[in-house]
Amino acid sequence: PGRPPPQRVRFLPTPGHDGATELVPTMVPVLAEHPLVRGPRFRRLKIGAGHRLDVKASGVFVLGIGHGNKLLTDLYNCHLSKVYTVGGLFGKATDDFSDTGTLVEKTTFDHITREKLERVLAVIQGTNHKALLMHSNIDMKTQEAYELAVRGLIRPMGKSPPIITAVRCLQFAPPEFQLELHCLHETQQYLRKVVHEIGLELKSSAVCTQVRRTRDGVFTLDDALLRSQWNLQNIRNAIWSCQVKVQAEIERTLG
Amino acid sequence: DWDDVPPSSALEEISEEEAVQIIAEPLLPLQSSTLRDYVDHSETLAKLVHLGVDLSQVEKRQKAGQLLLTLDFEKDIKKILLFLKDVGVEDNQLGKFLTKNPYILAEDLEALETRVAYLKSKKFGKAEIAQMVSRAPYLLLFSVERLDNRLGFFKNELGFSVKKTKDLVIRLPRLLTGKLEPVKENLQVCQIELGFQRNEIQEIVFKTPKILTASRNKLKQTFDYIHNIMGIPHHMLTRFPQVFNSRLLRIKERHMFLTFLGRAQYDPAQPSYISLDQLVSLPDEVFCTEIAKASIQDFEKFLKTL
Repeated sequence: PGRPPPQRVRFLPTPGHDGATELVPTMVPVLAEHPLVRGPRFRRLKIGAGHRLDVKASGVFVLGIGHGNKLLTDLYNCHLSKVYTVGGLFGKATDDFSDTGTLVEKTTFDHITREKLERVLAVIQGTNHKALLMHSNIDMKTQEAYELAVRGLIRPMGKSPPIITAVRCLQFAPPEFQLELHCLHETQQYLRKVVHEIGLELKSSAVCTQVRRTRDGVFTLDDALLRSQWNLQNIRNAIWSCQVKVQAEIERTLG
Repeated sequence: DWDDVPPSSALEEISEEEAVQIIAEPLLPLQSSTLRDYVDHSETLAKLVHLGVDLSQVEKRQKAGQLLLTLDFEKDIKKILLFLKDVGVEDNQLGKFLTKNPYILAEDLEALETRVAYLKSKKFGKAEIAQMVSRAPYLLLFSVERLDNRLGFFKNELGFSVKKTKDLVIRLPRLLTGKLEPVKENLQVCQIELGFQRNEIQEIVFKTPKILTASRNKLKQTFDYIHNIMGIPHHMLTRFPQVFNSRLLRIKERHMFLTFLGRAQYDPAQPSYISLDQLVSLPDEVFCTEIAKASIQDFEKFLKTL
């Protein structure tokens, strides 16, 4: 489909009425532009990835195609928080903090209750909040800083170590538990280390069984496409629906 | 000498009739990596494009483009095309055939005829030969001894009778054209690592010959998941070897959904039993409504929680 093949005037020999062959000009389609000779029109696609997601984790993964890669850098500079659902298991400790590594030690976990866990989570949230305020480079004594803090918009707008803005315990059924974390500038391995440290704080040990990103800035699980939905129509619809949100967010943050 | 008439120079004016008779076209490039430059000036290439041959694929092969340019349509290619039509390849398949195997145009017509006669002497029917040739375009490039060796190899390795080997080869003619070492290794893997008995292997290969050409790692991973995590014994796998053909991710997703619903029952003795071929070969909608008795939105939501 698309434009018709270009035509060219060629002089083809045809038998004339008196027997001799004459050269007659005729419009002939140029065979060099025929799809079978030229090959497919699109051979490659430039795809860039948003915030990294490592092999053992799953969840929302933002990709930019072609010219959309420029929006990716803008989104990165917005420093929006990401929401993860992290599943853990008490009683074991491995060398790479996840359940597929080599076992280092085994401990008991009968003494752990939900309140102790929530106390530890509150301590973590507190220390991270202090780090957040420190790295966001805003003078604490101004009125402007107070208003931003009330609306919850204090964010480090530059490079910073991983910061957890909020933690919540979703499920607690010993030895398994599930947490929901809102974080900035983190890697999945850092989250697994946090799970390990929670285990140590509770005088036991913990490994991380599942890391799942439920939100990446403006993109939620509802916008995400499953492996069976990876075709042209769905991708186009997804781009269309997310365009407005992305534009609004970039304008709001970067001005 | 100085007194001879000097040759006419290029800047002399000539009469109108002489000017019209001069035909000046740009020269064809002497060296090029695509056939696009030559396709307008060569009858052979033009006729091949009209037949449906994909020249952009052919020019990527080694020396195939050179071969096509040196051949002449009327003299060489026509004979071979008529021969292929005799063997039974359809008209609309000729283009695809030549795209995959342009080297057949360089073959000797008598050699091709001897090979077809050999296949007929092994009692392959005409329709069967046509089907085998269309699906494995390289078949007619192999000499008679090579074909003989390969048929003998499959008969010995798998321990099949002549009729069964023929049936197998008709269904998957790629076995004859592909390499033999991976097939041997796959058989070894099936016997040693997966732990199947010889008669079980024979049954499985007869039902799904693709297992011989499947990649070893994927086969091992699929078997590992099915046998250890889903808990399916060997005799069930012998009855439903289609599971080895499907993607591991699909099996994992569907199995996890069924365990989540509590319907993962693969033992025929228990009620609400789900057979393995239904697990694997049904499309998503039918699987959700009939087997899992849930809607597709539930399935998708569950998949997003994995």
